[in-house]
Amino acid sequence: MTLKAIFMTAVSAALLFAVPASAAQLTVGFSQIGSESGWRAAETSVTKQQAAQRKVNLKIADAQQKQENQIKAIRSFIAQNVDAIFLAPVVASGWDAVLKEAKEAKIPVVLLDRDIDPSGKDLYLTAVTSDSVHEGVVAGEWLAKTVGDKPCNVVELQGTVGASVATNRKKGFDSVVAKHANLKVVRSQTGDFTRAKGKEVMESFIKAENGGKSICAVYAHNDDMMVGAIQAMKAAGLKPGKDVLTVSIDAVPDIFKAMADGEANATVELTPNMAGPALDAIMAYKDKGTVPPKWIQTESKLYTAADDPMKVYESKRGLGY
Amino acid sequence: MKFRSRRGLAQFVALLVILLVDRLVSPQFFDLRFQDGRLFGSLIDVLNRGAPVALLSLGMVLVIATRGIDLSVGAVMAIAGAIAASLADSHALPLVLAVALGAGLACGLWNGILVAVFGIQPIIATLILMVAGRGIAQLITEGRIVTFTSGDLAWLGNGSVLGLPAPVVILAGMLIVTAAVVRGSAFGLLIEATGGNARAAELAGVGTRATLLAVYAWCGLCAALAGIIAAADILGADANNAGLWLELDAILAVVIGGTSLFGGRFSLVLAVVGALIIQAMNTGILLSGYPPELNLLVKSVVVLTVLLLQSSRLTAIASRFSGGKP
Repeated sequence: MTLKAIFMTAVSAALLFAVPASAAQLTVGFSQIGSESGWRAAETSVTKQQAAQRKVNLKIADAQQKQENQIKAIRSFIAQNVDAIFLAPVVASGWDAVLKEAKEAKIPVVLLDRDIDPSGKDLYLTAVTSDSVHEGVVAGEWLAKTVGDKPCNVVELQGTVGASVATNRKKGFDSVVAKHANLKVVRSQTGDFTRAKGKEVMESFIKAENGGKSICAVYAHNDDMMVGAIQAMKAAGLKPGKDVLTVSIDAVPDIFKAMADGEANATVELTPNMAGPALDAIMAYKDKGTVPPKWIQTESKLYTAADDPMKVYESKRGLGY
Repeated sequence: MKFRSRRGLAQFVALLVILLVDRLVSPQFFDLRFQDGRLFGSLIDVLNRGAPVALLSLGMVLVIATRGIDLSVGAVMAIAGAIAASLADSHALPLVLAVALGAGLACGLWNGILVAVFGIQPIIATLILMVAGRGIAQLITEGRIVTFTSGDLAWLGNGSVLGLPAPVVILAGMLIVTAAVVRGSAFGLLIEATGGNARAAELAGVGTRATLLAVYAWCGLCAALAGIIAAADILGADANNAGLWLELDAILAVVIGGTSLFGGRFSLVLAVVGALIIQAMNTGILLSGYPPELNLLVKSVVVLTVLLLQSSRLTAIASRFSGGKP
């Protein structure tokens, strides 16, 4: 083979692969809030995975909890003329101006994990979020099904007072409790979404409820508080997962470890995979012009000890939770 | 009425009243029993949960007595906890403690240098580490909750000595050591002199610079110890939340303990009592079953009442009405 032939083959090969790839390869700019929680870090790493699976070129800008950084990132994505912008908004308001700029540049915006004020409704293509009321419902229904007709006193560890997630997860759970006369929430306090407060509050619940003997189940608005509550129950000589049922929300790795040890019963997943559905929506929109619904609800999957918790633990551990 | 002549009476009365109110909202409040070789009951919870803030207030009271303030203690807790949790499973306990406490000491010295050597106002000097420190802790944990399984470190949060929780024993030990250092020597006097009038103290031959360095370093050390206990308690380091806003509780404990923010006279024991007052109130709120929306409201009313009790002007007015002399 001559040099020229090799050159020609190389060029044609390059053309063969390069041309269709460049026509189809999407570039997506993702303005992420930051890495304030393990879940957030997991969301970032899952977004990278999902983009790589679909051969999408992903640019991530970490806003370090500041809206001004997010606005800057969006402007820079517009300047780079990306094909789509993903935004995990740090706050609900103040997006109208910059989203209008994106709209004028004909770049579709997809909101991830959180919604924005209604005034910006027509400025984004779709929002991929979890329904936190539904998460509470799933948790409540698991408990209702598990206890059957037996009377059951539930203690509740709420998230931070005033946080919408906490309000919604309470609302969802309460709606199920209202339908079952045998379920009763006897105590409810805030554990601020942290392990330390979850433990402290559970210690006081145990004392206030006859050494924990009258507690049938614990419902925590997140897994971290439940991890703390499990420690408190063990210190008080109770057997969480057996004497006291547990159900919480988020599905972070450590709750699966507790589940594998028989110390936790159920968790409802707040999936870190918001990007998967978002990317699918964008690709359908770009390829066929399919306009997605305004809200794409992610699945709130229930995990119990029957779901091989150790395997889930291993698969989630590397995500940065 | 001789409130002023009996220093600390107001604080002990306040603690007693709050404990009695706790008994009213929760009938089993004073119940104690043995559970797996350790005392178990709400009173023990008050001591155990109050220990970290009490430890912070031991350092804070010395800083405040020099007319300073240390806003960084919460962040230092997070740093020390992050270090301890990261090292716990791979290193022996003495090394883990040495590194974590050493970091706290270094943080304290940093604050001390900014205040004593560069003359930066304490509130600003320590604000730097308050903000940056949490970032440092997050860098150590990479934003995750770092968990460990080492039983040695866990003992510091969950173990017990003669039935008492380990944090309470550590607190008692630190109180004795601190009291021995500041009251067993002239050091306490130097602190009060520095806080009362730094210029006059300097002229009288007090090494105000060395005094300041020492109290900030001690404050950092106490904060690191509190951070280690907090991490040991939950078997993990949560850099985002460990010690969050506890600097304010520590300052409040010192003020409830009757030490003035303008420096000068201070009391170690009353600062610890102040921390226990705060915790007795927190535990009472948790036991009461009131909706959590009321937590902060109840807390502020109680704190205001305790501070008013200490107000000498209010005491004067009260005794005028009761016919006695102030």
